Amino acid sequence: MADSNISVQGYISHHLTDLTVGEGFWAVNLGALGWSLILGTLFIITFAVVGRRATTGVPGKFQCLIEMIIEFVNGCVKETFHVKDKLIGPIALTIFMWIFLMNLMKLVPVDWFPTVAGMVGLALNSSALPEYAADYSFLERVMAHPWSYLTIAPTTDVNITMGMSLGVFILILGYSIYYKGLGGFSKELAFTPFNHWLFVPFNLVLELVTLLSKPVSLGLRLFGNLYAGEVIFILIALVGLAQLPLHFAWAVFHILVIVLQAFIFMMLSIVYLSMAAEKH
Amino acid sequence: MDINATLIGQSIAMAVFVWFTLKFVWPPINAAIEERQKKIADGLAHTDRAEKDLQIAQDKAKDILREAKDQGAAIIKQAQKREGKLIEEATIKANEERDHILAQARAEVEAEKSRLREDLRKQVAALAVAGAERILQREIDDAAHSDILEKLVQEL
Repeated sequence: MADSNISVQGYISHHLTDLTVGEGFWAVNLGALGWSLILGTLFIITFAVVGRRATTGVPGKFQCLIEMIIEFVNGCVKETFHVKDKLIGPIALTIFMWIFLMNLMKLVPVDWFPTVAGMVGLALNSSALPEYAADYSFLERVMAHPWSYLTIAPTTDVNITMGMSLGVFILILGYSIYYKGLGGFSKELAFTPFNHWLFVPFNLVLELVTLLSKPVSLGLRLFGNLYAGEVIFILIALVGLAQLPLHFAWAVFHILVIVLQAFIFMMLSIVYLSMAAEKH
Repeated sequence: MDINATLIGQSIAMAVFVWFTLKFVWPPINAAIEERQKKIADGLAHTDRAEKDLQIAQDKAKDILREAKDQGAAIIKQAQKREGKLIEEATIKANEERDHILAQARAEVEAEKSRLREDLRKQVAALAVAGAERILQREIDDAAHSDILEKLVQEL
């Protein structure tokens, strides 16, 4: 970013701020949630179309790819989750593919989508341009347009990752109650690790912390990894021509992070859910 | 970046996507995979069975071939035996025929010989009688001396 009118600090915060609609808690991060929905829809539609056309004979190459993904997820589920359950496979597949696609968006160069979104914004909705930017150069006006704040990588938004881990948390509660019953679940919370009625309050505190730490660690791990990666991408984008090899190297490294973090999120979700479903 | 309603939106979206996957993605693809696995397993079992069948058929074919060979050899042996016997029989028959024909021919020749000899003897006797008649003229009476002539003829 060679524009002198925009400070380094402004550049970084521009990239880390999403376009929001609404006030206070009820605000919605349009870029993150929008891309999250687009990618999730892309995932389910692609898979549903392949599923509808699936042949039991010799499969095409794309069907092979989809089947490989499903077999991989199914293998992970069967290895870890020993109770027979119809829901766990679809949960794991959705988590894996959705997070993978959202992470994948990080490989789009950081300036590319904001620039395009800003240009589209200028063309379609020029009245949204702030008044102070009226005399700016074209590129500066593009970047000053609110639409240029739309982010493309949803998993760098803590709301998205925590939203998914909240979903997993609700599933953990649901699985615990479904498989152990409300009584069994409460008993487990109250009488582990110390099986004596005197320790009930102590146990409860301990177990509630354990329970709550699961979704928090799940969401923050994904967010932390990808947010940090995004910050490094933005910093790399500030160093002029040297950014080309650096960006390439960091992007190659991120190919690993993208798949790995999606896999870790899926695997931990399966582990937590299997812990919730299995009797101790 | 604050916690805001995006979180709730994401959770709801997750619920919807999981439900959609459970309903429209997982079952058909999984069913296709399992169906194909079954097909492949059946195919492999079929191949095994076919291989076994082939082995059995080959063994059977070998047996039949060996049997046919044995039979052929037996038939040839029998034929050879029969041939020898036929030739022997034919030889014996031919020999008998030859002997028979020879014997007949010999008998005929013998008969002819004796007939000719009889003729010759009769002619010589007649000649002798004629010669004697001429010599003796009227001295000898044919009727009176025929017994003598007969004896002469016998002696010739």
